[in-house]
Amino acid sequence: MEAVKGENLVFSEVDEILEKYQNERTPLLAVLQDVSRKWGYLPRDVMGYVAKKLDVPSAQVWGAATFYSFFETEPVGQYMVRVCKSAPCHVLGAVNVLGTLQRELGIQVGDTSRDGKFTLQATSCLGVCGVAPAMMVNDITYGNLTEERIREVLALYE
Amino acid sequence: MFYRAHVLIEMTSNSIHLGASQVKERLEREIAQAGLSNEVKVLETGPLGRGVPSPFLMIYPDNIMYAPVTVSEVREIVSEHLLKGRPVERLIVSETAPALKEGYFRPSPLAKEKRVVLRNSGLIDPGSIEDYIAQDGYQALGKVLSMSRQEAINIVKDSGLVGRGGAGFPTGLKLEFTMKAPGEEKYVVCNADEGEQGTFKDRLILEGDPHSIVEAMAICGYAVGAGEGYIYIRAEYPESIRAVEKAIESATDTGLLGDGILGADFSFQVKIRQGAGAYICGEETSLLESIEGKRGEPRIKPPYPPQAGLWGKPTAINNVETLANIPPIILNGADWYKSIGTPTCPGTKVFTLTGNVNMLGLIEVPMGITLRELLYDVGGGIRGGRQMKVVQTGGPSGGTMTPDMLDVPMAFDTLAQFNSALGSGALTVVDDTHCIVDVVKNFCEFFLHESCGKCTPCRIGNKRIVEILDRMQRGRGRPGDLDLLRILGENMKTTSFCGLGQAAPNPLMKCLDYFQEEFEKHVTEHLCDCQVCEMKPKRKEVGV
Repeated sequence: MEAVKGENLVFSEVDEILEKYQNERTPLLAVLQDVSRKWGYLPRDVMGYVAKKLDVPSAQVWGAATFYSFFETEPVGQYMVRVCKSAPCHVLGAVNVLGTLQRELGIQVGDTSRDGKFTLQATSCLGVCGVAPAMMVNDITYGNLTEERIREVLALYE
Repeated sequence: MFYRAHVLIEMTSNSIHLGASQVKERLEREIAQAGLSNEVKVLETGPLGRGVPSPFLMIYPDNIMYAPVTVSEVREIVSEHLLKGRPVERLIVSETAPALKEGYFRPSPLAKEKRVVLRNSGLIDPGSIEDYIAQDGYQALGKVLSMSRQEAINIVKDSGLVGRGGAGFPTGLKLEFTMKAPGEEKYVVCNADEGEQGTFKDRLILEGDPHSIVEAMAICGYAVGAGEGYIYIRAEYPESIRAVEKAIESATDTGLLGDGILGADFSFQVKIRQGAGAYICGEETSLLESIEGKRGEPRIKPPYPPQAGLWGKPTAINNVETLANIPPIILNGADWYKSIGTPTCPGTKVFTLTGNVNMLGLIEVPMGITLRELLYDVGGGIRGGRQMKVVQTGGPSGGTMTPDMLDVPMAFDTLAQFNSALGSGALTVVDDTHCIVDVVKNFCEFFLHESCGKCTPCRIGNKRIVEILDRMQRGRGRPGDLDLLRILGENMKTTSFCGLGQAAPNPLMKCLDYFQEEFEKHVTEHLCDCQVCEMKPKRKEVGV
């Protein structure tokens, strides 16, 4: 992940993203998604810049950024671990999944590990209830979780 | 070398235990003896998912599966099917190939299954437009282009198709309203923000047959007079997004999207918009707000989207499963569609089975199937031979079904009579080891998390409900708590701004009635019979 420092920020990369959507009527969400993918979160300066360029109130950008659970306004770990806590996973042991992850990573829900690698979050249904309980690490979904399998999965990212 | 047929045999730890190695050995010997070694290739494959008896043989290109296969049956399969081309009916499991997907299953009694929406899933390569076209794909679009808009809409109207997202509004009417709404600029939107807990039907349709959605959107675009369609897919489904992106690209390259489609005076393009993790965006007006780059907060209705939707223009917004029904309806006609399902609720429904049931997965069956059939025939019963406690249909905002409702036909209208709902067709099965307070709290926590905060009853109501349930779980329940829950629920139902807040107390209210005793025990005796709730020792003074 690239470090984002207010003044040194290279806005040209944001310009590239903005350019991609210049023909769209209301591209704000798509732009924020790309920004988030690039830096892992939405740096404030970038949000201000996007607001100016798209000519929308910065309050609208901030509003959107804080509304959607996939957007972060603070830096997060390299790998975002989202544990499904919906009923189908819940009745098949999601509580233990969360417990195991907290123990293995040494962090609580909402926290980022000290080395900046993992952020742990609970999330709503991931839509893979056929292999419940499940979790998502960045873009990849893992199902049929057991303590052993969780350790295997985490090892992939160590 | 080209092979005339491929035989896939399941080689997994489970099937080897059940004799797969011997079957394979025999198979290769029989094939050699029949002189088919240069024509038939035997391949090893992985498991198909729970529900398929092991070991199985899958024969391509015939799409015929035999399972479970024993050594003694191999000779007959080889001599009859592979040599003479006569499938051994007696040993066949299904005539269609199951999707080689995680979580996909073939229940053993397949008679109930009826594939309309999933007609191509697992049968074709979703990445290939040629495959889709070979299955009559884009024919419905071609047919519609030779009709008037009203004629096209009439077919959908006559079919009796209602929205499969949960609300069950007649699709034909929606299209007609949008078509008749004044204005030149109109839009078609596909709601693929499948957020209901336990629902993953849309994901499998999008990934297994993305062209059916692209085609259906183009059909709707023509019918209502729109030039642009948006498909809003949730961020949790990166695979679906890639599949649809590819489908749009190849449809555009083939000239099935773009300007002057199939030589007609009709231009249409489809764009993808991604969600960002907000359940409320499955609510249609919230979804539109989200496409417009705003917080996904619901709009006040009326006006409904067919009058004023995306950017204030008339918009026809439909669920993925609803759209997937449209091409076959156009091709086969309204009468064909009405012959499936119940008279008042025609068609099929894709159900997803989740929770404490033996076989997790999804199945498409005609409307009107009973919960008992789904749970015990299709789902193979409750895990560990336990009893069903409650089944939540269509996620927390859908309906709650209790054991006394096992024989109610599952359709939009019949379940409504029982004060329940079909919703998205997700069935979350909860067995009797689970404490009802814990389960209901899980549902309510979900709403607490997903409430957008716009209106007070939903924002505060969900918070209070979770607080009360939480203290009941910790043995701090107070007298009057159950009445308080009822009052809160009733108020939320009647005064919340949108469907989310109105539906949020549904599981709670239903369970309060049905499991009153269990709730009361938590409050008065501080006892949890299932031993799920912690119930810290009761203190003398509870007023903390």
